[in-house]
Amino acid sequence: MDRIPILRMGPFLLVTIQVDMHDKLALTLQDDLTSRISDVGARGVLIDISSLEIVDSFIGRTLANIASMSRVLDAETVVVGMQPAVAITLVELGMSLPGIRTALNVELGMEYLRQNTIVEGSGDGWDGSED
Amino acid sequence: MAGTVLKTEAVPVRSDADVVMVRQRVRAWVNEMQFSLVDQTKIVTAASELARNTLEHGKGGKLDISMLQNGYRKGIQLVFSDDGPGIPDVRLALTDGYTTGSGMGLGLSGSKRLMNEFYIQTEVNRGTTVSCIRWK
Ligand SMILES: Nc1ncnc2c1ncn2[C@@H]1O[C@H](COP(=O)(O)OP(=O)(O)OP(=O)(O)O)[C@@H](O)[C@H]1O
Ligand SMILES: [Mg+2]
Repeated sequence: MDRIPILRMGPFLLVTIQVDMHDKLALTLQDDLTSRISDVGARGVLIDISSLEIVDSFIGRTLANIASMSRVLDAETVVVGMQPAVAITLVELGMSLPGIRTALNVELGMEYLRQNTIVEGSGDGWDGSED
Repeated sequence: MAGTVLKTEAVPVRSDADVVMVRQRVRAWVNEMQFSLVDQTKIVTAASELARNTLEHGKGGKLDISMLQNGYRKGIQLVFSDDGPGIPDVRLALTDGYTTGSGMGLGLSGSKRLMNEFYIQTEVNRGTTVSCIRWK
């Protein structure tokens, strides 16, 4: 696999990381997400990492980069589903993931995005379709 | 450190894909050795950090995985070796946040915290060997 798919759901972009990403794949995701946010004017990004068995400093840094780039583009990022063992290990590694909003699962993550982004009313192209 | 070596495996560390392979092989070993899930996660994460250092700073090398027996205790030993530029100041390299690259400088200090024993042998222009053990 040389790309992680990005789904669009209305004003939000959804990414589910299901593979053990090599570093270049993580960087590709970072680039793809950034251009996608600006292309579609997304207001929020949800990244589901519940399948990830580890998050090392590289993946952690990639997530932090995505969050800060999307902030510059006026979109919120939420990372959901981090396994408890992964969270414990990250803290011991010394990574606090500053600036990254997390939620327990996809539902709570979507809830957070809905409440924390201003989405203009209908008629401006947000028809909820995926592309 | 010490203990009897029960079995070993060598894994090359020469590419991005090899770093993924290191994570998978170390995972298979700690899973077979029945480490707890949290311990497995710590060991695999440390392996990932050290493999990336071997690749990026050490210009490539290898990992030797061993299962150790010390009395009643079993442990996993990971030895990453390269013949890259070496580390001029090991104490500095082990400081949280110190990096000569673009990283966060957490790999070495962080993986030391994730393992029980941690040793660095290095010589400038000769190479670096990082050995670490986690006991069960
Ligand atoms: N195998 C090695 N050969 C040569 N130098 C190394 C090696 N491993 C680590 N170093 C040196 O030690 C420094 C600290 O390593 P550490 O893994 O803590 O941080 P990093 O790799 O720079 O960033 P991060 O791991 O957070 O992405 C490196 O920047 C590098 O200068
Ligand atoms: Mg490192």
